[in-house]
Amino acid sequence: MTVSAPLWPAVLGRFGWQDLPFVRAWENPTISELIGAFAGALVVVGAVVVAALLTRYGKWRYLWTEWLTSLDHKKIGIMYIVVAFVMLSRALVEAVLMRMQQAVAIEHPGFLSPDHFGQLFSTHGSIMIFFMAMPFLTGMINYVLPFQLGARDMAFPWANSIALWLTIGAAGLMMASLVVGEFSTGGWSGYPPYTERAFSPGVGVDYWIWAVTLGSIGSTMAGINIACTVYKLRAPGMRFMRMQMFSWTSLCTSILMIFAMPPLTVATLLLALDRYLGFHFFTNDLGGNMMNYANMFWLFGHPEVYILILPAFGVYSEVVSTFSTKDLYGYTSLVIATMAIAVLSFTVWVHHFFTMGQSANVNAAFGIATMTIGVPTGVKIYDWIWTMFRGEVRFTVPMLYALAFMMTFVLGGFTGIILAMPPLDYLVHNTLFLVAHFHNMLIPGLLYGMLAGYHYWFPKAFGFRLDERWGRIAFGCWVVGFYLAFFPLYVLGASGMARRTQAIFEPSFRPWLYVACVGAFVLLAALTSLGIQLWVSIRDRASTRVEAGDPWDGRGLEWSVSAPPPEYNFAVLPLIDGRNPFYDHKHDEGQPDPYASPSSYEDIVVPRGSATSVVIGLAAAVAAFGLIWEIWGLAIVALQIVVAAVVLRSFGRDQHRTIPAAEVAREHEKWLARVRATPAIPRQLETAAVNRGLAEIVA
Amino acid sequence: MSEPELAHAGLNLGDTGELTKDQAENAIFGFWIFLMSDAVIFALLFATYGTMIASTVGGPTPASEFKLLPAFVETLLLLTSSATFGRATIAMKYDEPRRVLFGWLGATLGLGLVFLALEANDFATMFAHGAYPMRSGFLSSFFALVGLHGLHVAVACFWLVVMVGQICAYGLDARVRINLLRLGLFWHLLDIVWIAIFSVVYLQGNIG
Ligand SMILES: [Cu+2]
Repeated sequence: MTVSAPLWPAVLGRFGWQDLPFVRAWENPTISELIGAFAGALVVVGAVVVAALLTRYGKWRYLWTEWLTSLDHKKIGIMYIVVAFVMLSRALVEAVLMRMQQAVAIEHPGFLSPDHFGQLFSTHGSIMIFFMAMPFLTGMINYVLPFQLGARDMAFPWANSIALWLTIGAAGLMMASLVVGEFSTGGWSGYPPYTERAFSPGVGVDYWIWAVTLGSIGSTMAGINIACTVYKLRAPGMRFMRMQMFSWTSLCTSILMIFAMPPLTVATLLLALDRYLGFHFFTNDLGGNMMNYANMFWLFGHPEVYILILPAFGVYSEVVSTFSTKDLYGYTSLVIATMAIAVLSFTVWVHHFFTMGQSANVNAAFGIATMTIGVPTGVKIYDWIWTMFRGEVRFTVPMLYALAFMMTFVLGGFTGIILAMPPLDYLVHNTLFLVAHFHNMLIPGLLYGMLAGYHYWFPKAFGFRLDERWGRIAFGCWVVGFYLAFFPLYVLGASGMARRTQAIFEPSFRPWLYVACVGAFVLLAALTSLGIQLWVSIRDRASTRVEAGDPWDGRGLEWSVSAPPPEYNFAVLPLIDGRNPFYDHKHDEGQPDPYASPSSYEDIVVPRGSATSVVIGLAAAVAAFGLIWEIWGLAIVALQIVVAAVVLRSFGRDQHRTIPAAEVAREHEKWLARVRATPAIPRQLETAAVNRGLAEIVA
Repeated sequence: MSEPELAHAGLNLGDTGELTKDQAENAIFGFWIFLMSDAVIFALLFATYGTMIASTVGGPTPASEFKLLPAFVETLLLLTSSATFGRATIAMKYDEPRRVLFGWLGATLGLGLVFLALEANDFATMFAHGAYPMRSGFLSSFFALVGLHGLHVAVACFWLVVMVGQICAYGLDARVRINLLRLGLFWHLLDIVWIAIFSVVYLQGNIG
């Protein structure tokens, strides 16, 4: 760990020349340092190129007024997902580097220094959880939820934007750690006492603390917002038991966020008190107790698993039902199972430290509680299978992800049962077996779900479909890459290979490590295919437009509006009379025509954009940066800017804009006319070029 | 009286339209949820304090440091400030003259500030005895818990000043009323947390 001599402490705090990766690579040009310098250069060049392109095409103003300062839940949702994809790219490349290192470092030092390797697994984990998974699912909920509830916006648009900008600011800190200083080597869970000042004196752990803290505050705000939206903004007649499954899982996720993110905030802030002010919460000496950290961290960490997985369960419910042309089987049992999972997830956290010395009875109790979660999860899997049974299953890309999820997730569940038994856990504890297990749960249980949702709702957000062929290629790479990369780790883990190992001294591990490394490259190919798919889809968008808004013969209310939807979502708030109002109105005799002109329109109030949320999020990140580098003046000024922006906003009035009824009527009638001119297609042709987003009605 | 009016009896929004009533409901409901997640933070700090109470490592102990009298006076101050805030809310609801509202808000602020001053004095006394947070795990957890409560009170005082500014600027428009009610909830929650601190920290330290 490098702690270089401060250059100009009064102004630059702890910063010294050696904190720049370029300087380090110049002085000590090992491959490890050169990779670090290259990554730093990539961040700088990337930022400069984006800024130059924006200037070249004069898009700054458009970006600022239409996107960055927007309080529209749809745009906020899309921005979250853009962040998720950017961060996914970085964390996946890091994974490939780690797999390469382990493949070559068999009885050999490899090309990465131990310190660099430690930073890689710490950033990989932190990014995948906090800056890939969380933004992805928050963005998806943000985009879809208000539509499914029949609402015009989220409950708190301004807070929604602050939550986004805190996340962006925190992700920015993660990026900054590539360019100045270093990142933590303490893993994504940051266990003290290793992460205390005594053992980790550099800026790395401080980067981790403040990035995670900002992210968790943002997630708490997002959770409050989502819960409030579900409780208070449902359309008339939208009873709880009429909500789509994705809305249900969003609600349960948000409840978990509200109660599980604060423990993380407490854990990181107490660690910060230890590091900055010499408190003794988790230190080795003077009464510190790191078990308190383990308890608090996993009081967050286990529910976090379900924060990540539940929204994907919601996506699969929608996707399986839509592409099987059947109502969801066992709706009520799915709702109960979701709630049960949410509650149980708070009762199992001790299984993360079975080996840390509590009594056998405690371990047994938490082991049994852990296995109990398998029951509602099993219920869900059966419900999805029954939904497909005798349905008209169409193997579109989202459906393929759902199927791959069901197979793979069940396998991961079995290994989870192994880990939930304390005696067996003692054997594979802290080995690659665990790494294989949680990747086995989170890749199908989160990533596949988010990608399925991305394919499924993309045409709604942008008005054209994603390319089907490249989608299948990407899907194939994700699945094959996953099995190649992670199943060898079960074998290695069971053979005793510890996780987070930089060099390997057991030559018989070689073939498995090679296979895992190949798998990592296939996963990289999967991500590349997604990029190509996006490019191809945008190029060919003229032939895949679905302005009528309903490309998959969908059920939820989101499919009843144009694609892309108007700013106010619904020209007239829908009246809900059943579980699948839009689908029933389309298909059932004697129901109102979903594309009929409404009898009257009214003025619609929407929030104006706001720069204060951008300022708050970015100033908070700057304050964190000041704290990391001990540039106290900067931190204080930035914090004052945060407070001033909040106060300023609270003094503001006239923060809404009214869209007159006449304008709403004009837009809506224009769209209805277009729908009437659109040829309806049978659902078997939904991936063909003729699909313009109007489903044919078959009785 | 229509239903939303009853649901938030402290607001008296009058004829400001359906939209405002819905917004008031959302805003106050959302703030309740925020308070719940804030309560989780305090619960964890209480739990931490509970596990660290014996970690005095030869340094100051609860019995040697906690004085019941100042803590009791602080309790009375906070309880009274909740009452004065409640009285201010009533003044808002019944549209009493502006100076009555300001009077009760001012009293609340004054009580809050005196509380903070007394607490700072307690802390200073403890520091003088060598009971500072870097001394032991017990003192770290004490200062984190009680200090965080104090920080909340300070934020609430600052918010109160901002609210007075808003009343001066806009009178009692719907947003000011909603915000004042939210500040009230915040203030009362701090009172409840303090009661827990008084019982768990000070009473236990002196008697238990
Ligand atoms: Cu767990």
